[in-house]
Amino acid sequence: MTTTERTAASYFLPSDEPLGLVFPDGAAADAPALPMPADDVLLRLYRGMVSGRRFDTQATALTKQGRLAVYPSARGQEACEIGAILALRPQDWLFPTYRDSMAVVARGVDPVEVLTLLRGDWHCGYDPYGANVAPQCTPLATNTLHAVGFAHAARAKGEDTVSLALLGDGATSEGDTHEALNFAAVWKAPVVFLVQNNGYAISVPLSKQTAAPSLAYKGVGYGMPSMLVDGNDAAVVHAAVEQAVARAAAGEGPTLIEAVTYRIESHTNADDATRYRERAEVEEWLERDPIARLKRYLTDHGLLTEQVQQEIDARAEDEASALRERMNVDTVLDPAELFEHVYAEPTAALRDQASELAAELEERA
Amino acid sequence: MTATLDTTVSLAGALNRALGDALAEDERVLVFGEDVGTLGGVFRVTDGLASRFGDSRVFDSPLAESGIVGTAIGMAMNGLRPVVEMQFDAFAYPAFEQITSHLAKLRNRTKGRVELPVVIRVPYGGGIGGVEHHCDSSEVYYTHTAGLRVVTPATPGDAYSLLREAIDCPDPVIFLEPKRRYWEKGSIDPALSSPGLDRAVVRREGSDVTLISYGGALDTTLEAAEAAEEEGYHAEVIDLRSLAPFDLATVAASVQRTGRAVVVHEASRFCGYGAEVAAQLSETCFHYLEAPVLRVGGFDIPYPAPNLERHHLPDVDRILDAIDRLQWDDSAPLRDGEA
Repeated sequence: MTTTERTAASYFLPSDEPLGLVFPDGAAADAPALPMPADDVLLRLYRGMVSGRRFDTQATALTKQGRLAVYPSARGQEACEIGAILALRPQDWLFPTYRDSMAVVARGVDPVEVLTLLRGDWHCGYDPYGANVAPQCTPLATNTLHAVGFAHAARAKGEDTVSLALLGDGATSEGDTHEALNFAAVWKAPVVFLVQNNGYAISVPLSKQTAAPSLAYKGVGYGMPSMLVDGNDAAVVHAAVEQAVARAAAGEGPTLIEAVTYRIESHTNADDATRYRERAEVEEWLERDPIARLKRYLTDHGLLTEQVQQEIDARAEDEASALRERMNVDTVLDPAELFEHVYAEPTAALRDQASELAAELEERA
Repeated sequence: MTATLDTTVSLAGALNRALGDALAEDERVLVFGEDVGTLGGVFRVTDGLASRFGDSRVFDSPLAESGIVGTAIGMAMNGLRPVVEMQFDAFAYPAFEQITSHLAKLRNRTKGRVELPVVIRVPYGGGIGGVEHHCDSSEVYYTHTAGLRVVTPATPGDAYSLLREAIDCPDPVIFLEPKRRYWEKGSIDPALSSPGLDRAVVRREGSDVTLISYGGALDTTLEAAEAAEEEGYHAEVIDLRSLAPFDLATVAASVQRTGRAVVVHEASRFCGYGAEVAAQLSETCFHYLEAPVLRVGGFDIPYPAPNLERHHLPDVDRILDAIDRLQWDDSAPLRDGEA
């Protein structure tokens, strides 16, 4: 690109305020910058969020019962998790983080397989090629580069696949995020980066994370369109991701979306959020609840009847109950597997160590 | 087809040929990294490949090592076989997390469902008068990490065969190129009648002592073996080729015959690769050993400035000194059958 071919920075700039389609009181935006999803999509978003929250509270309960070693709740972030997933096409790929179990379940992965990691049975319990979901990433931002490479390969092979990389506000400070944004923009890779800005990286608030006007500005310097949206508004998250996926699929390259939301629970069950934030702040965000908000809109527009609501609740309850039942079964793990998946074929040394462990176990039995 | 070409080629040329043949035979193979395209690599290892295969197969990436490895991981997840270059050993460290936390582990994390056939080429080691960050011997950072294979050729023939086998390998391979050997000439074997990716080879046969080396230090070790011959010691020289996995069988068979061993490498001795070799030999060959396994390595210092590197790198004299220290006097009666 020569100097004269450069695109004006204003083209990439996000809005000053987060875009919204449905406001906390359930009212719709007057002059929306993004199209309002169709009624049936809104209803699907609502169903997905109710199921997602029920999954999240169930997982939290399983932690208290000692069934999960740890669980990072995504309560309050349902609009991001579900809004983004429902905007993906079947062939697209999701590159999630540890907090995105709700999104992985929404993508169609068996919830028990999703929780295998957090139960402590294996570092990834599902087949990534089953629902096109990469293993959940625990180190911050490293998954963003995998998403870019995957998308680049798809394009090189002539496949119409878009990668969605999920990351949090803390991850935007990591070097890998910057390398991923740069590679994606230079290669025009079909990637969507969705930053779920939930206010805190464990205990560190956004004000200590960045001095930028918004995290959406991170895309501008790399030359990609950047959007700032209300992360508690499932309609706008869905519309933004859908538009970004379409851009990517059309060969127009990556998009960065910052969705401003809030982590209602602590970082994980092991964290004490009262040490670093005020209860009043949490209360304020509870008022902007993504589920209640969409419910108001749907009810006001006659799209959600009491009967449908009951049916949605019943289904979420059934899912939670099935999950609870299956998670309450003690798993049997095979120690021999420790050596089987290190290399395509175990090395001589690993075969020896497998025999060593087998002998130890036999002796103890 | 004749097994060995008549023409001689440099080690860098052999790598170039291996990359070209792999790109030609398998459309999933692609080569990228900094400077590998138009320039053809700072050591010209990728010379001509971009013009031959096009910039979708061989291309320059932004300058960012973590980005290079991280995107290679994503490409391999999506069915490609990336061969990437880290421009010099110590500049690969920004990619360390991607290599150790993801490249090495994704197969394991997913119970073998995700296979990552990625090759990371790293020009490594000193001896070329390079300035800081251009001369590290970084092998043990990688060999300590389960899930990675680590190989290093010392001859053009091995450069060709090991790189072809590394690209074909379903596991991630750290391919360490001893940069002071780039200009070494030899013959290559496109028929790939090689000993295999995991195997050490005996480069020189001998009966008194086993010298174990690899990469840049192998040539010095062979020279030392010749010099030792003049002093009456018949030294066997083993080129490890593969550092992970370690070919204990080949090395132990030799040491059980000779009863004495010296490991030679240019990396610092402390926690260096020689420590692992010495430990494994003392565990498996203790009753055959006439002397402790000795290590000849670089000093435990940051790699020195070019005008001092000759004092750091093991030379022939230092290897001969080690051979002299192998308790020959005590064992002389045994050797002569006078016990």
